[in-house]
This record gives sequence, C-alpha cells and structure tokens, in this order.
Amino acid sequence: MIPAEPREKTLERVMSRHQYSGSALIEVLHAAQQLYGYLSKPLLGMIAHKLRLPPSKVLGVATFYHLFRFTPVRAHTAVVCLGTACYAAGGTELMSTVKRRCPESEWTVQTGRCVGSCGLAPVVICDGEALSRVTPESLERQLVGRPST
Amino acid sequence: MNADSLYAIRRAEQERQLGLEDRILCCTVAGCLSGRAAAVRASIQEQIDLQGRGGKVEVCGTGCMGLCCEGPLVRSSAADAILTKATPADGPALAAGDWNHFGDRVLPPDHPFFAGQRRIILGNSGHSDPERFADYVARGGYQSLLCAATEMAPEEIIAEVKKSRLRGRGGAGYPAGLKWELVARQRSPTKYVVCNADEGDPGAFMNRSVLEGDPHRVLEGMAIAGRAVGAQQGYIYARGESPLAIARLRTALEQAQREGLLHGQMFDSHFCFRIDLRIGAGAYVCGEETALLASIEGKRGQPVPRPPYPPESGLWGHPTLINNVETFANIPTILEKGGDWFASIGTPTSPGTKVFALAGRIVRTGLVEVPVGTPLRTILYQLGGGVPEGHQFKAAQTGGPAGGCIPAQYLDLPMDYDSLTAIGSMMGSGGLIVLDSSSCMVDLARFFMEFCMDESCGKCIPCRAGTVQMHDILARMTRGEGLTSDFEILEQLAGLLKETSLCGLGLAAPNPVVSTLHHFRQEYEAHVHEQRCPAGHCRMTVQAEGIQ
Repeated sequence: MIPAEPREKTLERVMSRHQYSGSALIEVLHAAQQLYGYLSKPLLGMIAHKLRLPPSKVLGVATFYHLFRFTPVRAHTAVVCLGTACYAAGGTELMSTVKRRCPESEWTVQTGRCVGSCGLAPVVICDGEALSRVTPESLERQLVGRPST
Repeated sequence: MNADSLYAIRRAEQERQLGLEDRILCCTVAGCLSGRAAAVRASIQEQIDLQGRGGKVEVCGTGCMGLCCEGPLVRSSAADAILTKATPADGPALAAGDWNHFGDRVLPPDHPFFAGQRRIILGNSGHSDPERFADYVARGGYQSLLCAATEMAPEEIIAEVKKSRLRGRGGAGYPAGLKWELVARQRSPTKYVVCNADEGDPGAFMNRSVLEGDPHRVLEGMAIAGRAVGAQQGYIYARGESPLAIARLRTALEQAQREGLLHGQMFDSHFCFRIDLRIGAGAYVCGEETALLASIEGKRGQPVPRPPYPPESGLWGHPTLINNVETFANIPTILEKGGDWFASIGTPTSPGTKVFALAGRIVRTGLVEVPVGTPLRTILYQLGGGVPEGHQFKAAQTGGPAGGCIPAQYLDLPMDYDSLTAIGSMMGSGGLIVLDSSSCMVDLARFFMEFCMDESCGKCIPCRAGTVQMHDILARMTRGEGLTSDFEILEQLAGLLKETSLCGLGLAAPNPVVSTLHHFRQEYEAHVHEQRCPAGHCRMTVQAEGIQ
C-alpha cells in the first residue's frame, strides 16, 4: 500500500498551485477544511503566514462564510433542511426531533439553507445520506442504531 | 481541436448511438440520487452484462427529467417512454426492454406534465449523458462556439443576442445583449466573464439541475460570451452546497480542456478562453454581483456601491460580464437557431423559456421549462397536477426571500418579469412554492425575514438593523403579542430598507412582508387583534379569551 500523502503536503500543493496568491484564500480554506475537518486557530495562522495575509483578514474571511467550521466535527452529522419547501412541510418539527434525539457529544447538527431537493421535502441529510419526505416518526426509525440521548 | 475533429467526434458518437438497440438513461441528479437512482443504474448494468446484451444496450446517467416527485426516473430511447419510481428490481425488465412489465408506472412523452413544456435549456436532459463529452457534441454541442470563434465577428454575436431580446435569468431581467455590448465597448486588454451559479434562494434548484444535467452547455455559452466581449478568462462561481454540480462542472471542464477547447487556441482561430471554477462557501449575499466578485477575489462577500457597474469595473477593476447560469445556457441555442427564432417564443417583452422549480403543496413537484408568459394556472394545474385533494390553494410564493406571494385571484397571471413585478412579486431565479391553507402567511414573512437577517452581510445599517427590527415585530405577531402600532412601523421600516439599503438583499428583504401584508392583511389582523392564527400554525403565548 502506498502511504497517504501527509495533509500538510497536500495543502501546500493547493497553495502552490495558486502561486500562494491571497486571492485564492477561499479555495485554500476549502481545501484545509476538507483535509482537517475544521479550521483550527493554528491552521488559520499557518495559512495566513503562507499566503502573506494578516491573520485578522484570514479569520475575517473564514468567519464570514457559513460553510467554514471552527470546531471539530462529531462522529455523526445531521443536516435538517430549512429551505422554504422543507420549512412549509414541517422542517422545524424535524429539527426539534433531531435536537432531542441526537446528543451534542456525538452529533454535529446543522440547518441547511435549501439542499435543492424541494420536490422531496422535507429533507434531512443524515450521515451524508439524504432522507426525503421525512416525518418525525420515520426519522426516529432512521436514527435507530445510532447514538442517542 | 479544429472543425474537422469536432465533426468527426459528432459523427462517430451519432453512429455509435444508432448502432445501439436501446439506450437506458437514468436520472442522476440530486433529487433522484437521494431516491437510490445509483442502485437502479448499477442493477441495470449488471443485468445487461448477465443477459449478454453488452454491445446492444447501454445504460448511462442523464440530467433532470423534471418529475422529481416520481423518481427515480429511467428513460428508454427505444421505448421513448419514462419509467417512474424505478427500483433495482426493475433491472432485468429494463435490460431486456420489456416495458409491458411496468404497467401504469410508464409515462408516455405526451403526458400532461411534458406536453405543456418547451425545453431549450433542459433539452438534453433525459437524452444525453452529462459526463460524456461526445454525447454533448453528438447533439450539436459546441457547434455554436465553432461558429462564433471562426465565422462570426464579435459584433455579429452581440447583434444576434440583442435580436433575441434575451433577458438575464438571475431575476432582475436586464437585457443580456445590452450588457454584453457594454462590456465589449470597454477598451481594456483584460476582461472577464463570470457565471453566477450561486443559487441561494431557498426553494430554487433550477441552476443546480442545469449544471448537473448539461454542464457543457453553460461552458459553451460562457466561451461564446468571452469571444463576443473580448475576454480571455472566465470564472464560474458555484454554490458550495451543491457538491454534485461542482463535480460535474469539474469533469466537463477537464474534458473541454483535454479536447483543446478551453485550453489554447480553439478551432485554429486566434481566440483563447480559459474557465476556472470558484466555490462559494455559503453566503446568500454572494448572489449579488459585487459581493460575488469580492468573493472570487478571496475577500469577504460584501457588496460595494454601484456605479461603477461590473461591465466598467469588475473583477480586480477590469470590465466584467456577469450572467446567470440559465442566461448562458440559452446562448448556444440562440446562435444555432437565430435571435429571431428565440424572440418568437414567450412574450414580446420577455422572450424565451423559463425554468421553474415546483415545490410545496402540489401533486407533481419538480422542474418545468415553459415559455415565459405561460399563465400560473397552466403551470400549477396542467403541469403540476394541481393541489392535492383535501387541500386548498392559498398562494404561490415566487422569487424566494426577495419575492412575494401570488394569491388565488391572480392564477391567470402570465408568468413574466413585468406582470410579476406589477403585483409585488418577482420572477426571481424561478422557485415556485405552492402554499395551502395550513401555511401561515405571517409566519412565512417571518421565515423570510429571519433568512435575510441571518444573511445580511452587516455592511450597511438599514439592512443590518432593519431586518432585525422587522423580524422582531413579525416574531412577536406570530406569538400573539403584536400591537396595532406594529403595522405602521412595519410599513415604515419596509420603505426605509427599500430606499436606503446598499444592495439587492436589503432592498428586496421587505418584499415578502409587503406582499403578504397587501394580499393577506386579514391574517395579520387576526394575529394582532384576536391572537388567532387562521392557519392554525402559530402557537400563541397569549390566548384571547374564549378562543382556543
């Protein structure tokens, strides 16, 4: 088996592909989050140094966008879509089911801004699997076998 | 690549497809994929191999066929029919071409859902494989670019787009030809073409489906625009929340570069055009053009005052053409069939077709493409199958957080830019959500205001503080704590935001409130005066006496 390339090296490669240009900051943040799971302070500091940007600018840009995370992801993730169609079809009720059922120590729970499956509303993405036309009951069934309160 | 090699690819692929007995196309865009379309496709492939029909029958993925609620959808080119609710168990019959087996799960091409549509942008969806370059070429792809790069002068391309009277499909409806001309007129050695694919409206999935189902069409449209305005570099700003659209775009870009189309001189002409992908990171305001440009430059996505408009000073200060995905997707067909042909579809002031995403309380949810100006009733009742039994139509919401609600008395309204604006809604990018009597309009207004409050970039005060103020009032109303004086304050704030906000987000944020206040004032009054939610949706903390 070929050993996987260290994460630092992969990130370095992304930055060098963009010639360490400050305008590639968002691309670099995407790559960093994909490699490390989240953006830690030391990681952001390293990116600032390499791209020759003030750390305040890097943090300012990273915190502006919703998709960047600053805490580690838990073992399980649930994204409850709260776009218009899902909201009108009872998305908030699903959110309270998830919040009640999924302990924070094991789950990263997020609201989605519309995952674009409005025809199948309401939608919950549970550990990467999109569940469509979800009801609180069907959600409970899906969650069986995963960590719960 | 030159003209001859393009024709060679086209001919070879057409002959290859003609040699097949059947081509089975499985919808592989996000909606159907969440319904296990990938397993269906794998099962068909397995059965083709098992039955030894390898060289005769082919299974491949395809773009959105529209009827998302009945997915996964599978289309057969030999049967010219669509199978709904396909499962892996259908594999053997599909591989064998035994369509009698499926009974009433088969939809003929003249089904009312399809019969009322006119597909230009989605023309290849259901017919070609978005991940196969040759398939796009076989269906006439990159012919328009060939023509634009080798036979037409930039002025001729712009003249054709102007003749088509195509209006920008991002929502505002600015004439595309005029914008192109503005950029072309700038004397600058560096210009950019930017495709706005940051489709952030909740309830809208048109652009995502176009990118997932026919990415080459958008690339071709952008390259033609580059030739017309004199740009050498293009950027697609895609929404980070649509990983599949990004993957398909990446594949298409690699293919086009490998074939020498978006890499070096194309078709032995002097024209070079490169396209790079930029991924958004979840900020609704980046749909606003100046915020989008800031984001491409690696900054916080905050808008700047206009003028100067991007056609004069955009990306890194250079003239920049920004159009929406759907606008670019129209361009190859406009060049192929002519501006006059395009102008003959739809209405005289808004020609062409528009893709709408149908969702909410409607029998058939999904994606439809109709001539602009098609009455709302036709879209909802003929194509969408109407409101399910036991429910009653209350309103259709268009334009997302920047739009408004269309109540029942306007069902016969033609869906075009000007008619929708006249009644206080807007076309937006094309999300169409049907609401019934169980939806509370006050809460809906609150929902959109909450969205705008969260997404306000915080740069200008009217938007940053105004959305919070308006949201507080609406939230109070939904709890039964509204005051009579709130109506006046809401209206004042709405006026203030509209007059003084820096960008489109703040300017349009009051629209859902103004529109619902206008059409459904009695619901607001019931909340405020009687502490009652007519839809039975809001939980009142204050209960009026004698009312449960």
